[in-house]
Order: sequence, then C-alpha cells, then structure tokens
Amino acid sequence: MSAKEYRTVASARGGLLLVKQVPRVAFGDRVMIRDHRGRQRNGQVIRSSRSEALIQVFEGTDDLDLETTWVRFMDQPLEISLSPELLGRVFNGIGEPRDNRPPIVSNVRRNVSGSAINPAARTYPREFIQTGISTIDGLNALVRGQKLPIFSGSGLPHNRITAQIVRQARLMDEESGFSVVFAALGVSHSDARFFEEDFASSGVLGNVVMFINLADDPPVERLALPRVALTAAEYLAFDLDRHVLVVMTDMTNYAEALREVSTAKGDVPSRKGYPGYLYSDLAEIYERSGRIRDRHGSITLMPVVTMPSDDITHPIPDLTGYITEGQIVLSRELHNQGVYPPIHILPSLSRLMKDGIGKDDTREDHPRVASQLYALYARAQEARNLASIIGADELSERDRRYLEFADAFDLQFVTQGEDEDRSIIETLNLAWELLSHFPNDALSRVSETDIAKYHHSGKK
Amino acid sequence: MMNTPPRSGVIREINGPIVTILLPGLRNGEQVEIGRLGLVGEVIALDGEEAIVQAYESTEGLRPEEPVAGLGWPLSVELGPGLLGGIFDGIQRPLEKIFLQAGDHIPRGLNLPSLDRERSWHFVPDPKLQIGAELTTGMRLGTVQETNTIEHRILVPPNRFGSLLELAPEGEYQLEQPIGRVRTPDGRTRKLKLFHRWPVRIPRPYRSRDHGSAPLITGQRILDTFFPLMKGSKGAVPGPFGAGKTMVQQQIARWSNADIVIYVGCGERGNELVDVLESFPKLQDPYTGRDLMERTLLVANTSNMPVVAREASIYVGLTLAEYYRDQGYDVLMLADSTSRWAEALREVSGRLGQMPVEEGYPAYLASRLAAVYERAGRVETGGCGKGSVTLVGAVSPPGGDFSEPVTAHTKEIIQTFWALSKDLADARHYPAVDWVGSFSEHVHTAAEWWHREVDASWEKWRGEALALLARDAELSRIVNLVGSEALSSAQRWELEGAALIKEGLLQQSALDPVDTFASPEKQFLLLNLMLTIYHKGAELIELGVPVQELMELPLLTRARRAKQVYNSQQTDKLRELLVEILGEFEQVRLEYAKFEEHAR
Repeated sequence: MSAKEYRTVASARGGLLLVKQVPRVAFGDRVMIRDHRGRQRNGQVIRSSRSEALIQVFEGTDDLDLETTWVRFMDQPLEISLSPELLGRVFNGIGEPRDNRPPIVSNVRRNVSGSAINPAARTYPREFIQTGISTIDGLNALVRGQKLPIFSGSGLPHNRITAQIVRQARLMDEESGFSVVFAALGVSHSDARFFEEDFASSGVLGNVVMFINLADDPPVERLALPRVALTAAEYLAFDLDRHVLVVMTDMTNYAEALREVSTAKGDVPSRKGYPGYLYSDLAEIYERSGRIRDRHGSITLMPVVTMPSDDITHPIPDLTGYITEGQIVLSRELHNQGVYPPIHILPSLSRLMKDGIGKDDTREDHPRVASQLYALYARAQEARNLASIIGADELSERDRRYLEFADAFDLQFVTQGEDEDRSIIETLNLAWELLSHFPNDALSRVSETDIAKYHHSGKK
Repeated sequence: MMNTPPRSGVIREINGPIVTILLPGLRNGEQVEIGRLGLVGEVIALDGEEAIVQAYESTEGLRPEEPVAGLGWPLSVELGPGLLGGIFDGIQRPLEKIFLQAGDHIPRGLNLPSLDRERSWHFVPDPKLQIGAELTTGMRLGTVQETNTIEHRILVPPNRFGSLLELAPEGEYQLEQPIGRVRTPDGRTRKLKLFHRWPVRIPRPYRSRDHGSAPLITGQRILDTFFPLMKGSKGAVPGPFGAGKTMVQQQIARWSNADIVIYVGCGERGNELVDVLESFPKLQDPYTGRDLMERTLLVANTSNMPVVAREASIYVGLTLAEYYRDQGYDVLMLADSTSRWAEALREVSGRLGQMPVEEGYPAYLASRLAAVYERAGRVETGGCGKGSVTLVGAVSPPGGDFSEPVTAHTKEIIQTFWALSKDLADARHYPAVDWVGSFSEHVHTAAEWWHREVDASWEKWRGEALALLARDAELSRIVNLVGSEALSSAQRWELEGAALIKEGLLQQSALDPVDTFASPEKQFLLLNLMLTIYHKGAELIELGVPVQELMELPLLTRARRAKQVYNSQQTDKLRELLVEILGEFEQVRLEYAKFEEHAR
C-alpha cells in the first residue's frame, strides 16, 4: 500500500473522479478517498494512463470538491476477507460491516472480480431442488447449480415468493438446507426489513449472509455488491463445501447504476441508453453460479428482475433471459385475480429441468405430465380468449372443458398458501387430478402406461 | 506470415479490454504480449507510434509503463491430429489441459500449446508420392488415424509447396518430429511436420468453388422436410430467449450426417457446453455407430470469458472447419451465437469511440458478417477431392425483434432461415421452428436428392402440407373470433389435418429416444401418413360423413403417436400402419353407405 496521497483531482461528476499526475496505477485497483471533512470513501480505477486515472467512487461524488479531496492508491485490487464467520452477518456493497460488529478478520482475502470458471471444470447441474411450489417443482423445476431468475413487476409479490423459496428449498434426499447469500440492490427499507424478519422468524438467520445496499444508499456501490456477494458465495460453496442459494434483488437497480456510470464515462450507448457491454457485465455475474467437478458445494442463483412497465423485451430482462437457464415469470393478471403465487407458466421455463426430473429423481411420469399440462393450458388460453369474445355459453363442449381445466389449474395447482410446502409427489398427484378432467385420448403427451397408472379413470 | 524479430515497447493506457501501447513498427492484426503477466492481445489499429491492442484476457492489474512485445505473427491456430474430441477456448487454448494444470478457473497469461506435443501418431505416407514429386498446396502427404472414425489427412501446408526431398517411412511420430522435407521455389529446404499453423482471419485456399449437391440431413423433420439446408451452404436460427435455439443447434450437432462437427459456443452458457461434453460421449452417431464425440470439436468462449476472445472464437472455429474441409470432409460448423460475436464487435468499436450506426453497432457490421458466412461453401480441395463447410449461426435478437441489425443483415446473406417462435415455445411445441417465417432457397435442389433417394412425390407432398398449414392459420383467425362452430365441416377437417401435421410430424421430442432422430424415409412416411388421413377424411366429408365422427376415430391418436412408436428402422411398420388406416377409413365409408341406404 502506498502511503502517498494525491490532491490532483481534475474533475468530479456522476460518481467519477479524474485524477491527474498519478503514478502508474493498476487498472481495477482499489482507491481510498478522503473528503474535506476527513470522511473516507472507496473507489476503483476504471481507466488508467500514464498521466491520469479515472476512478469510480462507490459512495458517489456528492459533496466533493477539487481542492481538498485526497486520493490514495491502495496498490491492491478490490478484495474482501472471508471466513466461516460470514454467516449471520450483514455487510454493505463493498463488504464493510453494516451490523455494528467488527469486520471479518482472516488471511483468506479474494479479489471480488473473480475469474471465469473453465467450462471444462464444470459439471452439469442435475439434482432436483424441491421448493414446495407446484408451478416451479412440477413445471419449471430448479436444480442445484442453476441460475433461474424471477421476472416480476413493481407491486408483485416477488419478495414473498423468494422468501418462501428460501424457507422451503431442499434436496429430496438431504435434510440439510442451503446456506443463503442475500444480495439486496437498491431495495427499500421496508423490503430489507421484511427479509430480515422472515429469515429470523424461520430460524435460518444464522445461515444467511446479507449484503445490503438500500434505495437511498449510493448507486455506484451497487456495481460492486453482486461481485462481493458472489465472492462470499464461492468461498462458502467451494472452500467450505456448502450448497449456497444466492438471492439477488433487484438486478434492475444494478443495471440502472451501470447505465448511470457508463453515461458519465461517455460510453457509446446501445439499447435504451444501456452500454453495449451490459450483456457481458451481467454474464460475469450470473455465470459465477454452477457446479464444479470434484467439488461438493454448489451455487444456485435466483436473481429478481423487475421488468420496467412489465415489458419482458426491455433490455434488462431480455439480456438476463439470454444468460440464465430459464426464468420464472410473474403475472399481474393472476395477481389481480388474487392468485398467489402469481406464476404465469407459459412464458416461464427451466432449461435444466430435463436432467433433474424423472424416474430416478422425482417420478417417472414427471416430464410427460409437465409437457401435457403445458399443452392443455396453452390450448385453454385460446378457449379463454374466445370466451371473452363470444361468451362462455357459446363455446363448444370441447372448448368449455378446456375453460374449466384452466380455471381449476389456476385455483388448485397454481394457487397455494405462503406456508404451504407441497412435496413433488403431492404436486404430481394434483396434476393428475386436473388431467383426469380429460378423457384418455385427449392426452397425447403422456404415455399409455402413465394413464393406466395415474389417470383417475384408469384407477377407479 | 510475418517474420520479424520481437520488438518491445510500453503500455500507455488501459481502458477495459482496450490497451494503448507505444511501439512503432507493428502491423494490424499482429499478436502482442502485454504486461508482466504476458497477456495475449491483437493489434486492431495503428496511430503514429501508438498502437491500439485488444486483449484476449482480463486487463485487471495492468499498469501504464509495463512492457509489451510484438510477436511478429497474426492470431493463428495449430492444425494437426489431436483436435477432435477436444474443447478449446476462443483462441484455441486447450481447456481440459488448462483445467488439469491450473484448476477450476482460467488463469491469465498461461500459454499452453493447443496440440499435445508428447503424443505419438501412427503416420502412413501416401504410397503414390515419390521423392522429387512436385507438391502443391493441400496435397495429401499421408494419413494418421485421429479417432476410430476419422482418418486425418496430413496436407502440404499452403506455404510449403515445392519439390519433395524426403518423406518419412510409416511409423510413430510426435508433432514436432519432421515427417519430410521440401525444397520451396525460393530454393530453401523446409521441414514438413504433422501439423502447421494458419492465421484465422484469412480463409484457407482451395482450388475452386463447387455447388452443393446433397442436403444436410439433420434427422429433424421440420428442418429436413420443410426447410432443407444443403451441404456447403449457410443457415441461421434466430429466436428470442427460451425459444430453443440451443436445443435446435445441439440436435443438429448430434444427428446431422456431416463427417465433422465444430460447435462454437460464442458468448453462451458454460453449462450448455458441459452438457455437450458430458452427453456426446454417451451418444452414438446414427451413421457410423461410434461415439459422437469422436467427430466433434468444441470451441468455447462462454459469456463470462473475455469479450475480445469471443470475437476471435468464430474465426478460430471457421479455420478449423476449413482445415477438415481441405481433407475432403463435409464439415458442419455451428456458431451459437453470432449475436454475441456482433456485440463483441460493438463493444470494441464503442471503446474505440467509433461512430455507431444502428443500435450502437459499427458501420462495418454487415460486411464482417457477410465475410464470415462466405467462408462456408463446397469446394474442390487441393488434393483430397471435394469438401464442404456448412455454417449454421444462431442469432439472438434483442426482445425477439427480427428487424434488429444482426438478424436483418444475416437474413440477407444466408440461404436457409429457421425462425423460432416464442408462441410455439410457450405452448411447448418443439422444435419451435415457425413454418410461416422460415424459408429455404434450396427446396428445388434438395428435391432432386429426395426424389432420387426417397420418393418422387416429396416436393408435391411438402408443398401440400405447407398449404394446409397456411389455410390453418387463416381459419384459426376466424375461430379465434367466432368459435369453431362457424366453420363448415370441410374447414373443420382442414383444422384437424393441420393439427395432425403439427402434432404428428412437426413436433419432435429431443428427449424421446425414438423420436429424437428421424431418417429421411421415416420423415417422408409420416408426412405421407398425415396427408393421406387428411385426404381420405376429406373424401368422406364430401360424402356427408359428419366431421365429429371422423374426429373421434381412434386412428388419429395412433397416427399422432406413430413418431414415438416406430424408429427409423421400422419403416415397414409405418407402411403397415398406413394400410391399416386406409382399411379403417374404408370401413367407415361402407358403414356410412349402409346407414344412408337405411335412411332412404
């Protein structure tokens, strides 16, 4: 660490400091900034040349002046200290304690940028996680090591759903649950309190590390927070062999902060003003989840993305969907009808489901049942549309059956209590109850053996 | 190639992956070693004494004034035995070896040779070659059995032609051991080895272009039967996320009748490549019965790997593909996704402050894209007969909007367009290839093959099925407004016919062991079956048989399930099913005639 402080700030705006006449500072290095009142801020070098360095200040550049701002180059990358003591603690976006307790002391320090996992070192995720939510387990199953975001909208109950998943998620054959890394990006005070209380009341708090940046905290800090949180998650998973569930809410705030800084830097904007590297930047975060060969632990990632104006084609959900292994989409329409959890199955998808379900993992009929429910529900939507034009009474008998099925599906299969933890077998049996609304020959995606075994007409 | 002694200079500025260096005398495209870590980079612009370099590795921790050195050659790949079955990164570093040496994460500045130097190969010289023979580019020197299925032909490198002075006898050789000597026209004597290097941005030479003559059979019904792609041509698979682009590409990689498959994961998910790596060795090539990995090669630049190497990965893949083409093979290259490649171009151009044109993309996007796709083709090689490179690129349009620049420019260049639809995917209709938005310019050429190899009525049936699907789209609009009751019996039967085609033919499950691959003959028989049912039913409706009665016939469900019941070898069973179904229709006709008589 260099003890020398520089007072050669040439400009300060939009969270960025330009410092002149600096030594050869390394790209990505950590910086300490002292303002005119002697308070400290943290920064990182984002451009470095022979004569000047551009610094992004995590606490923002408000209230800084050019004359009495002191800059010290720390000669080290942005790192955090790691130890098993992390669990049960609360930190800010750059890993400083937020819970009035002392900082973590450890000789394990890691660079938060991480480095790419060698694809040849990965192993394919295939262990089914039971979340206890039928629409997820039955139709969009999550597996250990997957990255599966929740696409939500403002005012939709994504917090309650994530909290429920955190409480209920477990593997079929293991009693021990997950260690949780909770990353809050620009969330409101009340949302943060909701999670804290929920973790406390369900008794998982001792197994949770929280990294919190609130809505009124400086936005630049949000750029470091997911990386800091994932560095902690990697430590828990690959050093301490734990299964880690990382919840990140809300990635939209992260992308907004990235846009803010990139605009201030003068980067060429691409769609809606977001920088062209938004995809790579998000990928650097999301791709840190997964399973690694010969390692016991794993990182399962559930980011929450609120879609601006419920628009799934907005760059943030759009690029997220291209990187993640599926998405769980919440619907305002279902929410307004009082359905909880309002998961809209048609645009929802889990890409890794195929290898985590079936005979040896859940039950042999699972893949076909899921496919059949999808086919029927998609067809039923057509009947619903038609009914809204010509009225339900005018429908053919066939269409009316679809309509009844869709209503039953929303009410019995999708709807469940916030504390209702359905086993996958319960979920599949419930599915067969609904499939039994239809005669055998209307079910072309399930096999004849399935029908004989599970269809109610076959049973009774 | 450039051969100048290494020169050294210093770093001026670091801005993400773009590094400005002070080093005169470099060439555009030259490889550079950056900083104390020795990161690899490539010169992309020259300005006075300064050069702008794009780094293939993360530049974190680099400082101004650190040393840089020009290496004197452009980005090149090693071409020789030992490529197949492997996984390489965007600049052809061997990822499996890196994993063994460096662990879970990819370290920086680690430069391992792409091909194994220790391994010996059994070289068999070409018996026709005599000492003193005039060697020309691409001529065959001999062979090495690379995998059980693939014979690797050792070629005269493009820059080593001349008269043959010496050729090694049959035996075991390592890559660095010479297998011969040649006197080049400039009078120098040069060694020949089992491998050589080639710069990735320069297309490899060939004798002449040739036209494609056979379709690439992928075993996927909607692709082969409806929108064929010829060997040596170029296709694109655009689709919004979740529409199944990767699944379609993986299915093609698994089941197509190419000799060699090169799968380039360009800016995509790490787990998808692992899926290929873990599943292919367990699958059998339907044509040779061998382990699929023996003909497959992966180039991986996952989305979290450095963006500049992403741009290079496509060229690396193409050069490897051309190398096997030059050995006389039909090579298929899959690029997933070309949009990420285009975005890498955009990112670099943005950092250079170049004027953006559409959506931030640089003005040269269209010309670069065209140049990439033009490297596909069927050619007369230098000495191994005909070979081809078929290029299929996935496109990931933002928001699923096909009018965005990458999709729009791609559409102008390619010949087969497999458009994926979100609506079909939402209903879990897979593969979600949309028959309205897709096209193939090769239907007539492909028809010659189908008529010769399978059945002379292929083109007619194909056209009829598409026409039925088009009428279905029209009628569905009416149904969505007023319900199916408003349609005539014949129209309702048309809807049923289209549903049969969609469910019994177009939908194909990649997860079902029987359905995942369909031989051309099975494809044709299913097409024939569905349309025959439709025709027979239409005749009966003409006679006055109520449509409701037809729709309740159990044979419809049997026809729908036929694809999963009979595999590609059981085509006789499919023929029997057709005869049986014709009989059932005849039965209905007779019963109805009897009933009519009674009524009279």
